[in-house]
Formats: sequence, structure tokens, C-alpha cells
Amino acid sequence: MLKDITLGQYFPGNSVIHRLDPRTKLILLVVYMVALFVASGWVSYGVMLLFLLTVIKISTIPGKAIVRGMKPLVMILIFTGVLNLFFTKEGTVLVDFWIITITTGGLERALFMMARILMLITGTFLLTYTTSPISLTDGLESLMGPLKAVKVPVHELSMMMCIALRFIPTLIEETDKIMSAQKARGADFESGKLIERAKALIPILVPLFISAFRRADELATAMECRCYQGGEGRTKMKQLHYTRIDFAAFGVVTLVVAAIVVLKRFGL
Amino acid sequence: MESILEVKNLTYIYSAGTPFEHKALDDVSFHLHRGEFVGIIGHTGSGKSTLMQQLNGLLKPTSGTVLLDGKDIWSDKALTRQARFRVGLVFQYPEYQLFEETVFKDIAFGPKNMGLSPEEIDRRVREAAGFVGLTEEQLEVSPFDLSGGQKRRVAIAGVIAMEPEVLILDEPTAGLDPVGRSEILGNIEAYRKAKNATIMMVSHSMEDVARLTERLLVMNGSRLAMDAPPAEVFTHAEELVAMGLNIPQVTQVFLALKKRGLDVKNVYTIDQAVAELNRLRGGASHA
Ligand SMILES: Nc1ncnc2c1ncn2[C@@H]1O[C@H](COP(=O)(O)OP(=O)(O)OP(=O)(O)O)[C@@H](O)[C@H]1O
Ligand SMILES: [Mg+2]
Repeated sequence: MLKDITLGQYFPGNSVIHRLDPRTKLILLVVYMVALFVASGWVSYGVMLLFLLTVIKISTIPGKAIVRGMKPLVMILIFTGVLNLFFTKEGTVLVDFWIITITTGGLERALFMMARILMLITGTFLLTYTTSPISLTDGLESLMGPLKAVKVPVHELSMMMCIALRFIPTLIEETDKIMSAQKARGADFESGKLIERAKALIPILVPLFISAFRRADELATAMECRCYQGGEGRTKMKQLHYTRIDFAAFGVVTLVVAAIVVLKRFGL
Repeated sequence: MESILEVKNLTYIYSAGTPFEHKALDDVSFHLHRGEFVGIIGHTGSGKSTLMQQLNGLLKPTSGTVLLDGKDIWSDKALTRQARFRVGLVFQYPEYQLFEETVFKDIAFGPKNMGLSPEEIDRRVREAAGFVGLTEEQLEVSPFDLSGGQKRRVAIAGVIAMEPEVLILDEPTAGLDPVGRSEILGNIEAYRKAKNATIMMVSHSMEDVARLTERLLVMNGSRLAMDAPPAEVFTHAEELVAMGLNIPQVTQVFLALKKRGLDVKNVYTIDQAVAELNRLRGGASHA
């Protein structure tokens, strides 16, 4: 079922990670990603992994949920692994069979790249799992604030993003419903040639677009009824504030980054 | 009566094997007979819509079987596809599934998927339109130019045009005005009489199910709590209320009268109430 695909869906909670300011989380995620690319030895990766696992533990997000979120990305992971395994020719040869040559260097590289991707994705998931779409867009808006000076419609962009995020589950549910209704009238989406399959999508896409436009229209009316007129002069009920936990988080991540830099010096 | 559809120990779990797992149906068993009008009632989330989707093979049971004419609809692919056509399903708010340029083409979608000849499709579309009270001119307009109630009729006709032996409807009258409601219910009843079809209808209106159905299935928390004629179901007023359901208003009035010591029978339709009151009055004037 479509519904079971829940890429980075928000898990409500009240852990320290949940309570961090969304700006802190966004900045630290970027720092974490850079650190992952800087780290080049197994010891550094061990440190990063330890850091990641600690954050997961604190966030109270069930490990099962994180693993489940990975499912759609398994193909990319395998692809990266295989590519690196077969096309790196360093170190001693482990297997030499027909056209396949596997070297110790290849094995190490494959594992390394897979670990990097896994940790990148898990980090991103942690952000979306612990931050509601609303506060995420609030954070983005605030961080992109300086761009207003060069006439970027920051508020409008973040409002659009917020609405899009809000409606993804609704549209998925709607697609599911329309598909069932058309299947009940004998529509067949699974067999036939490419062109037939594309044609079979019309009975889904037409109602879906109509309902999306209707929803957009209704939403626009509702917003106008409440005097919405863009970001100019608009105040917020929930102001973003950095608190003690944010400074603590910055401190911890700084330490981790420092450790990675030092380890890199020693080639670990 | 001849049985057409049989459900045996049906259990269905949504998102099985994930933390979001939810048992929507739990060991449900019942029969549907040919030509019968059956109602399903139950509080919101009790599994009514889930149950309906099992009956034409849209959802595959986690365990248990659905037998159409004694054959398991999941035993081979051809049978599953047949079940789609022999058991017609009208979803809640079906007007949102319309997509064609004209009403005619939209109603023809089902028959076309059945692989019928153009003449047969034409006949069925016109007949189905007749059942739901759409005029010839309306067949040629865009479904999106119709009113909400008319769109609903088009959507119902789209399923009726497949001439299903079992027609299942999920709250077909939700959100309609009283006239529109009674017209649609009349259309459904007309289809049943004309084709000796079995009707199964989910409804939140106790008055409607009391008046129309011969048998009521009561769903409560994923289980089938009762399977009996309305007269019997509505005698269990307290149990129904405990399940978050209601009983027809006339039944409530008559139960209250009985409590005050009046010697009245249980009634559940207006007609019965009138007859019962006349009997009482007649009895009183004799005394
Ligand atoms: N696609 C789905 N994925 C997961 N759970 C679902 C899904 N559809 C329904 N459910 C759950 O299954 C249960 C039964 O739902 P169902 O739609 O069958 O109820 P219903 O009796 O039709 O209710 P209503 O009267 O509101 O239409 C509900 O608790 C619902 O949350
Ligand atoms: Mg329902």
C-alpha cells in the first residue's frame, strides 16, 4: 500500500532532540554531513557512529522505524557497494574469477561508502523524525532570512514548502482511495505494455488533479478569510529562541568535529 | 434462500509486521443470499469499509476466505477478476472518482473494462442511467458540470452498469438532502427488484436501515457483534448504545412509552408506529 511509504515522517515526542531549536538542528545537520565527508579513517567513523547512535538513543525514536525508513534506499546502497567492490583495484587480490576481481582495497572502499551513505541518511531522518514540518519550515525561513535583502521571497517559499509537506500524506491517502475505486470498476494498473499502463493512469490522475486544485482553492479562500497577505508585517505566535540545550548541542558537535579533525591529522 | 457470497473467519490486519499494525477485522463470518437487502451498521472505525473491500477482492484477507458461489475468490486470478465485476462496490463519496469527458463515457468505464461489445455497453449505460434517474441529455454533458447529488448518481450508475449480482454501497446518501437521499435509496431498491441483486449498504441512518433492510450486520471494534433482522437488533437498545450506535427515534419513543407502563410492541419504522398507535386507540375505545 502507498501509505506504508513514509519517508522521514515526523514522530511526535518530547526528547531533548525534539526540543532543540529547528535552526540548531538544521545547522548541526549540515556540520555533521561535512564532518562525515572530512572523516576518512575507521576510527573517525567509529566516533561518528557513536555520536549518531547516542543521538538516536536520546531522541527515543524506535530503531525499527529508522530501519523501515531505509527500505526504499536499499537499492542505492547495494548499487554503491557493488560498484566500489568491483571497480577498485588496490591492495591484495582476494577473489579472481572470470572477469570479477575483488581486492582488499575494493572491499574496504565498498564498506566505507555504504557506511557513509547510511550515516548521511540516518542523520537526515533524525531531523525529519524529530522536527514537525511546521517548525522545520519556520527554521528554514529564519535561516534564509538574510536572503530577503536580495529580494528572495523567503516567507512565500517557506509557506509553500510548509503547505506541500502538510498535503503529502493527504494526497497519498487520496490516491489510494481513487485507485481502489477505479479497481472496483475493473481498472487494471499492473498488466499491459508501457503505453497501456500510462493510459491506465488517466482515471487516477484526472480525479487526483481535480481534487488537488479544489483543495488548493479552498485553502486559499480560507487563508484569505483570515486576512493572510504574505510575510509583510506578519508576527509569529511561537517565536524561535535558542536555549541552553541548543548551546549544549553546539558544544557537543564542536567537540566531535574537533575530534574528527585531530584524528584526520593522524590519518585514522 | 440461495446463498451467493460467504465470508468465513475473515481477519484483516493493516500494515502487518510494522509498528503501525492494526487489526481492522477479527474473525468475521456471514452469508449473503441472492436478492437480499442487508445493512451494515457500526461506529466509526469499526471496520465496515475494510470489510466491503474484502468482498470484491480489493483487499486480500490476512486469514479466512471469501467464497463467491462457493468458490474462493483468491484461489485463482480469473476468479479474483470475476469477483471485481460480480460484486460491485460503490465507495464513500464516489463522485470524486469521475474522470471522463462525458457522463456516458464515465458510466461506460466499468463495462468497457469487462470487454463487452459496444452495443452491449450502450445498452447497459442507458439502463444504468435510467435506474439512477439521469436523463438522455445529461449523458452527453461533462460530469464536472453536474451538481454534487447528480455526480453521486453518475458514480453509482458507473457501478450498476457492470450489472453486479451483489451491489455494495458505503454510505451512499452521506451529505445529501432528504429528497436526494430518499431518491437514491429508491434507485437502489429498484435495481435490486429488477435484477434480483443482493444489496449490502453501510449506513449511519438507523431510520434508513430499519425501513429498507431485511437483515442487519452490526460491527463493533473489528468484530461482527450481531447478525439479525432489524426488529431483533433494535430490541438490544442498551447494547447498541454501548457500541456507540443509536436506534431509530420511533423505537426510542416506544421504548419510553413501554417504560411508563403502556402496553406497546417494539416498533422500528414510522408505518409500524402508526399501526401500533391505531391498535392502541382502537383498543382504548372498545374498553
Ligand atoms: N489504509 C489503512 N491503513 C491503516 N489503517 C487503516 C487503513 N484504513 C483503515 N484503517 C484503520 O482500520 C480501522 C477500520 O477502518 P474502516 O475504514 O474499515 O472503518 P469504518 O467502519 O468504515 O469507519 P467509518 O464509519 O468512519 O467509515 C480504523 O481504525 C482505521 O484507522
Ligand atoms: Mg467507512
